[in-house]
Amino acid sequence: MTDEKKSCLRGSGLTKIFGLGQKKTVAVDHVDFNFYAGEIISIVGESGSGKTTLAKMLLGLISTTEGEIYFEGKLRDISTQKKKREYWKGIQAIFQDPYSSYNIFNKIDTVLLDCIKMRGGGRLPHAKKIEMISEACSFVNLKFEELTNKYPFELSGGQMQRLMIARIFLLKPKVLLADEPTSMIDACSRATILDMLMALRKETGMTLIFITHDIGLAYFVSDSVYIMEHGKLIESGTADEVILHPKKAYTKRLINDVPKIHEEWDLSTVKVSSIWNEA
Amino acid sequence: MAKVMLEVKDLTTKYITRFRENVYAVDHVSLKVEEGKSLGIAGESGCGKSTLALSLMGYYFPPLHYTSGDIIIDGTNISTMKPDEIRKKILGQEIAYIPQAAMNALNPTRKIINLIEDVIQAHDPKAKKKEIYDLAVERFEVLGLPAEVLQKYPVELSGGMKQRTVIAISVILSPKILIADEPSSALDVTSQKMVIKMLLDLMEHGFIKSMIFITHELPLLYNVTDDIMVMYAGQIVEKGTAAQTVFDPLHPYAKGLMGSIIVPERGLRDVKLTAIPGVPPNLKNPPHGCRFAERCRYVVPECKVHPIEMLHIADNRHYRCIFSEEYLRKAYQND
Amino acid sequence: MKHTLQQVFRSGKFVVGFIIFCILLLIVLIYPLIVTDPPLTIIAQGTFFPPGIYVNTYDSVNSPSTYILNLENAGVKRIASKLSDEDRLAMQEFLIVAGVPAEDIDITNTPQLLEQWNSNYDPSKNISGMTLARSRYFQRLNTSLKGLLKPEGEILAAINADSGDLEQIGLVNQNDYVNVGEVANVRLLALGTDNFGRDMLTELVRAAGVSLLIGLVAGLVATLIGLVLGLVSGYIGGIVDDLIMFVTNLFIVIPSFVLLILISFSIGQNKRGAFTIALVIGLTSWVWTARAVRSQVISLRNRDHVNLSKLSGHSIFHIILNDILPYIASYVIMAFILQISSAILVEASLSIIGLGPRTTEVPTLGLLMNWAMIYQAHIIGKWWAYFPVLVVIALITFSMNLMNTGLDQVFNPALRE
Repeated sequence: MTDEKKSCLRGSGLTKIFGLGQKKTVAVDHVDFNFYAGEIISIVGESGSGKTTLAKMLLGLISTTEGEIYFEGKLRDISTQKKKREYWKGIQAIFQDPYSSYNIFNKIDTVLLDCIKMRGGGRLPHAKKIEMISEACSFVNLKFEELTNKYPFELSGGQMQRLMIARIFLLKPKVLLADEPTSMIDACSRATILDMLMALRKETGMTLIFITHDIGLAYFVSDSVYIMEHGKLIESGTADEVILHPKKAYTKRLINDVPKIHEEWDLSTVKVSSIWNEA
Repeated sequence: MAKVMLEVKDLTTKYITRFRENVYAVDHVSLKVEEGKSLGIAGESGCGKSTLALSLMGYYFPPLHYTSGDIIIDGTNISTMKPDEIRKKILGQEIAYIPQAAMNALNPTRKIINLIEDVIQAHDPKAKKKEIYDLAVERFEVLGLPAEVLQKYPVELSGGMKQRTVIAISVILSPKILIADEPSSALDVTSQKMVIKMLLDLMEHGFIKSMIFITHELPLLYNVTDDIMVMYAGQIVEKGTAAQTVFDPLHPYAKGLMGSIIVPERGLRDVKLTAIPGVPPNLKNPPHGCRFAERCRYVVPECKVHPIEMLHIADNRHYRCIFSEEYLRKAYQND
Repeated sequence: MKHTLQQVFRSGKFVVGFIIFCILLLIVLIYPLIVTDPPLTIIAQGTFFPPGIYVNTYDSVNSPSTYILNLENAGVKRIASKLSDEDRLAMQEFLIVAGVPAEDIDITNTPQLLEQWNSNYDPSKNISGMTLARSRYFQRLNTSLKGLLKPEGEILAAINADSGDLEQIGLVNQNDYVNVGEVANVRLLALGTDNFGRDMLTELVRAAGVSLLIGLVAGLVATLIGLVLGLVSGYIGGIVDDLIMFVTNLFIVIPSFVLLILISFSIGQNKRGAFTIALVIGLTSWVWTARAVRSQVISLRNRDHVNLSKLSGHSIFHIILNDILPYIASYVIMAFILQISSAILVEASLSIIGLGPRTTEVPTLGLLMNWAMIYQAHIIGKWWAYFPVLVVIALITFSMNLMNTGLDQVFNPALRE
């Protein structure tokens, strides 16, 4: 890595509070980070840690209660629909559950044609559009001829998730936020999905942000790892630093509690936690 | 040789779909679990591992139907029993089952102790409440669950605690065999670890004699069970000890599965993940020959000719492939 | 879409409901083409004529050709239809007093009864304890029986304009028949007439049509308001949601029927048309649709496909129309069907307490019930004035609820067996 790392996404004092008064919950609590362009970043946390809320704030799908987000060095402005659309040309996402990521009333063609339209290719001749879509499909090892006029639910989970990557291939965003992209699909398809994401990154040089609970995945794919606990980013650094030499007790516990195959999985550290409903 | 707790011979069960098609989700499965041992079953979703778990209890309800084969629990063949007899004499007493979402199965309007009373009194109507309470407290203490849980309602417990409570309740009658189907996959890592610790404690204290553990998470399986069996498209394709199956898989599918393991351990960042192309075959109409042939990179035309038989290379080591052990190992080394 | 329709029509319940509904609708549409009378014209002088075929007597007498039919038991039938049960019992009473053994008398056997009467009746005979009025009654009964039994026909006579004498102009024999088809004026009153002398069937068919229209308008209004408010409050959320939910909750705590009564009453009888009533019903019954739609939208708006649609740069309008509406369409259609059937019932309830549409324009099912009740049809046993109305109301709501359950089974696979 060179010295002149360019900041891609920077957050300062990011906070999200849901509800008012008594029912107030702080989902994300004064989070600061700086993601560099072209890096692969993982945000790791257990369920309820606020990682998905943070992801939605980064995507501009929900408003921030406090704090600023800087996109490529400039303060992000998504006050109008037009500006939002401009922002979303730069940042896109893949969600956890491929089955609920598609509008089941739209054909696959519609999903992909929308992407071309968003990239400003709405007026291109139809044949050119089909050519672009076919290229995107073959990038993820799907054949567009077999998919055209089909509905998403006619595909398998792995195929749907690959189609999501084809969508990203067409959009070519600068940042891709992948929210648990492999947790709902089988281990064998997982490798395929990860391979494709890596290939896509190689081709476009995009910044890749993984949101995951799987610390093994985070270690395997990422350059930098951020650990999130109760809405706060408690530890960050390169993957080797964080995973192999964790400093915080929470990170240590998280890594310690994952079953391993080459090292001993220490079961003696298990203590009775609170019996109360934590949610 | 230790006593065989559960023996399954050529068990075949099928689903009958709405369109009257037969789907053989468990196809001639044979297995043996000895006393004090645990067996893990691994495989992708849809490979039939959860159906196998249901079938092992001998308690079938539509659309699942029994076709053929024997299930022998500690010398008693239950595959010929009537459903009612199985429900009264086998379930809970001989064999217990914990599904993935077990923690959501607790009746929210009753206290935990009431649920335990229900379970015990269903099998022994004369049991006294005091005795049941004493038994429950003792059992909970041994398993590291606070006794105060007994007086709580299910909603007052955290997810992990609820799951452990369900497990404690389902083995309160000390069944011989526990079948756990993804008991921890909905939980976060710390709760998962506590559930696993508890399952191992159950074995150690003899509350259960043997265990069958089903999951798609291989690192977990490797740490929990003595033996591992890999299922693909309704068939067992490989069986061996945990270490053998994970570090020295023979069947190409098992090899692929093991090649997709990701764990946060030093040096594992540079491993190349194996991807298996394609999708599993449709069990309504499975291929005649090897069921993995379509996705296998070592496939030869003979693979698709005849159904592949299990190869027994040692007492506890089988795999289902036409290639020899040496050929496969060499092929894997060359990749 | 096509697949869903196929599934819908494979549901037995839906198909049965749909067929009943279509039959009702066809009758409502076709009947007015056959019977073109306006439903509210008074065609009869008098109230509650029983159902039947009405043949004009004048036209029968003057019918172009008469036919002679020698039917064996015509005379018996004639007498039987004249002799009421009351008369028969009176005859039995007299005969017993006159000395005929009680076991020989069979009041259902008309020829035998007449024969016994003829041979035993003696007007001069004085029976002790019989009032004068009673004995006159027996004399009248005897005369009328004699008249019935005479073999010659009825003479038609007219006053001759020149001489001023009564002259015979025609003779109607006992075995004269006319063909109904040749009689100029015949009217089938399948359900008789109502208290004003209006053809009940014509009125009922028209009323069913009007009630369906009221249901449709009220259902449309309620569903539209509910859908729009539900979509807006569910999708936008925040303060808009709070505001809309506040109004919705207000409507929920006020019993809607009381509200309806108050509104109807304050509009006044003269301004209440069928359309106004439909609007009023629609405006008071959207609350549950709004709440239901809102909760569905809330669970949908956090789904990934909506997020993805946002990320694809679609506008709120596009998202609501393409990513939310199709998912709740089945639900809204079901709510719409229920709204129609409940609006029909509400209209009937309102009308029956006299707060329905004004009575001078169109009949509605509720108004028919209202009239029947005011004129005590249920007390004096004129069933045709209210029972068919009940059946029609029941059939309409039943068919709609059946369709609804059928749809529910198709859209909620959990409800299938």
